[in-house]
Amino acid sequence: MMKSDFWRAFVRNKGAVLGLVILIAIVVLAAFASVFFPGDPWEMATAPFQPPLSEDALLGSDMLGRDIASGIAHGARVSLLIGLTSTAAALAIGVTLGALAGFHGGKVDDAIMRFTELFQTIPNFVLAVVLVAIFTPSLTTIVLAIAIVSWPPLARLARAEFLSLRTREFVQAAITTGQSSTSIILRQILPNSLSPIIVSASLMVATAILLESSLSFLGLGDPNAMSWGYMIGAARTVIRQAWWMSVFPGLAIVLTVLALNLVGEGLNDALNPKLARSRG
Amino acid sequence: MTRRLSGIPASLQRGFRRSVHRAAAAGLLAAALAIPGTAALVAAPAMAQETPVRGGVLNSIVQPEPPTLMLGLNQQGPTQTVAGKIYQGLLTYDRKLNPLPSLAESWTVSPDGLTYTFKLFQNVKWHDGKPFSAADVVFSTSKFLMEVHPRARAVFSRCESIKALDDHTVEFKLKEPFPAFIQAFEVSSAPIVPAHIYEGSDYRTNPANNTPIGTGPFKLKEWVKGSYIQLVRNEDYYKKDLPYLDGITFRVIPDAASRSLALESGQVQQTQYSDLEPFEVPRMKTLPNVTLTTEGYEFVAPMAWLEINHRVKPLDDKRFRKAIAYAIDRKFIRDKIWFGLGRVPTGPINSVVKFYDPKVTTYEPSPEKAKALLDEMGLKPDAKGVRATVKLMPMPYGETWTRLGEYLKQALGKVGVAVVLESTDAAGWAQRVANWDYEITTNFLYQYGDPALGVARTYISSNIRKGVLFTNTMGYSNPKVDELFDQASRENDPAKRQEQYSEVQRILSDDLPVVWLLEMEFPTFLDKRVKNANTTAIGVNDTYESVWLAK
Repeated sequence: MMKSDFWRAFVRNKGAVLGLVILIAIVVLAAFASVFFPGDPWEMATAPFQPPLSEDALLGSDMLGRDIASGIAHGARVSLLIGLTSTAAALAIGVTLGALAGFHGGKVDDAIMRFTELFQTIPNFVLAVVLVAIFTPSLTTIVLAIAIVSWPPLARLARAEFLSLRTREFVQAAITTGQSSTSIILRQILPNSLSPIIVSASLMVATAILLESSLSFLGLGDPNAMSWGYMIGAARTVIRQAWWMSVFPGLAIVLTVLALNLVGEGLNDALNPKLARSRG
Repeated sequence: MTRRLSGIPASLQRGFRRSVHRAAAAGLLAAALAIPGTAALVAAPAMAQETPVRGGVLNSIVQPEPPTLMLGLNQQGPTQTVAGKIYQGLLTYDRKLNPLPSLAESWTVSPDGLTYTFKLFQNVKWHDGKPFSAADVVFSTSKFLMEVHPRARAVFSRCESIKALDDHTVEFKLKEPFPAFIQAFEVSSAPIVPAHIYEGSDYRTNPANNTPIGTGPFKLKEWVKGSYIQLVRNEDYYKKDLPYLDGITFRVIPDAASRSLALESGQVQQTQYSDLEPFEVPRMKTLPNVTLTTEGYEFVAPMAWLEINHRVKPLDDKRFRKAIAYAIDRKFIRDKIWFGLGRVPTGPINSVVKFYDPKVTTYEPSPEKAKALLDEMGLKPDAKGVRATVKLMPMPYGETWTRLGEYLKQALGKVGVAVVLESTDAAGWAQRVANWDYEITTNFLYQYGDPALGVARTYISSNIRKGVLFTNTMGYSNPKVDELFDQASRENDPAKRQEQYSEVQRILSDDLPVVWLLEMEFPTFLDKRVKNANTTAIGVNDTYESVWLAK
């Protein structure tokens, strides 16, 4: 019973369960943002600079009178959307390149790894800033920029897995039976190398959310989409007068990233049972 | 050449007295005799009765760091504030924009409005010790500025001749009357540069540009790039005992939070223009050691507006532009986005500028009127309530402008005009606006004291020039407006000029080529020990010859 084993290993990690609960709460908040907070989060709903617990704004209002709580709920959508899609894109690039490099070895490996190193030598965030600045900020360019700076570690991971698995007997057997390279990569090796990839992907979602927040903090977010990083960036200047404008979106980021990390840890325990046991 | 070496020439005394009056410091002459240090002991009730004392260094901020201090070549705000102490114009202006002496101690205008004669101060020396004379003024206005200073070129190309009548008299003869001419001699509009250094050289690459030589009360001592610009007292200044300060140091502080901290901690005694973001102002004005004033910007008189590209439909329809005007609450913009800094405008001319007329069509916030106008145009709301979609590219000049963009998006959304925000960097913004590649943007322009100098350029059709920023980039064209601006610029009779400008203001406020948002005010914070600073219409850009620091 694969599934229940997985579950048992996962729930053994209390932190992971907590993380999962928080994450589900955030997903629900994002999914039902328009139900909880109908209307536009950019709408100036109340007087500016309202402190938390005021009548129209549970978490206070910002400098233009926009509801912070509404901003956080709608911002959750953007954060999760960007986190997931950019990770998916990074996976697509990273795993493809890593698989090709690890499976074929030799010159192909060399070429792909040098290309990967090229990206690894450029600081992530700086490259993301440059990319977004050049292609003008929008959801698409932000997702692409984050994907482009995040794929190299995935490529290295996938390559390492493929390098070790391709010498294993079942792969050798597949080669001798004359299966095509594509089929061996997709059907034989990939499913067996998924666990570490899934774990690092879950952590990468957290990194992507942080990257997006940092970009919007710097004013490089999509100007038409409410996001947590934007809220903090805009409120940072009035932090001495109005702490709530930056603290609540900040907490939202902290909780989401924490939850994703905890879940990632739990996945690691569940998918690599040996490792988990040895940790006690 | 007549140079009197003994005694003070009568003319200098006259000018001296005038500058005393300007500074509103009645005890100035006595000050020269006063023992330094006694000022603090005299518990004078009014500032005017306090006795200036010599000495001390004023610290201020320069933000962003200017590319050069050669004011003739660069007139960006920070350059003006620093170089205004080094270079001088012929005139400066009081708060009501009336001319005051600077390098010229007196002047006359012929009754036909064609001949302007300036008498210059005697004994003026350049910072390198060479004497200053009328030849420098002739060189600056007829050659140097004509080549490198577009705003000055527009003014001095109206001259038929510029002549030195003697060493200390300059005569400008105009081709036709241009009463705004007298407003054109402020230090950034027409800085006087040394002919002996620039004559015959390539002005832009002259090595002396790095070591500016002016006539002003302060000289450049040291400029450590990225750190500070240090000016020191000009010991040879032509007004006896002036300046009072030993020097002025401008610190380069790129981070906004550090700038407000510098003022809070007393590290600097003065901030100006956009050194502090508007949201800092309410907090900073409660500090016990500083005072806030928004005066001293009458000469620049900035006007902010929503710039609308008339080449794009439906923005070419004035009903649409009126709908935008009705949809916006400008008081909200002033109070909540600019934190109370500024005035709600009525029309194209800033209310502190000459010939302003409040009797024009105004637009009180009224979403109903906006919707009615859009209905009249046949722009009915679709299923999502959207009548039209426009692109707004907010000016990338800091977060106040970003907030404004966000507010406009909401306000216009409420009447069914969906706004897509576009973001750019400063270079991209300038490029796109100058080349008409935008739909709506936010912008602000200085008005330079007279509609002929700073207002007409935005609305006259002869100034529709692709690739040039701060022209009629909207592509607005109304022959009547062109004609009125043209007539008024040549009209000597102030009453007739007023009529013409009043009429043009009425037409413009109905045509609404742009939607005026705010008569901007900048905050100047001064430490309470700084006296006599910021007394004219050019405020912090003035020479600071009579500024002093209480002990």
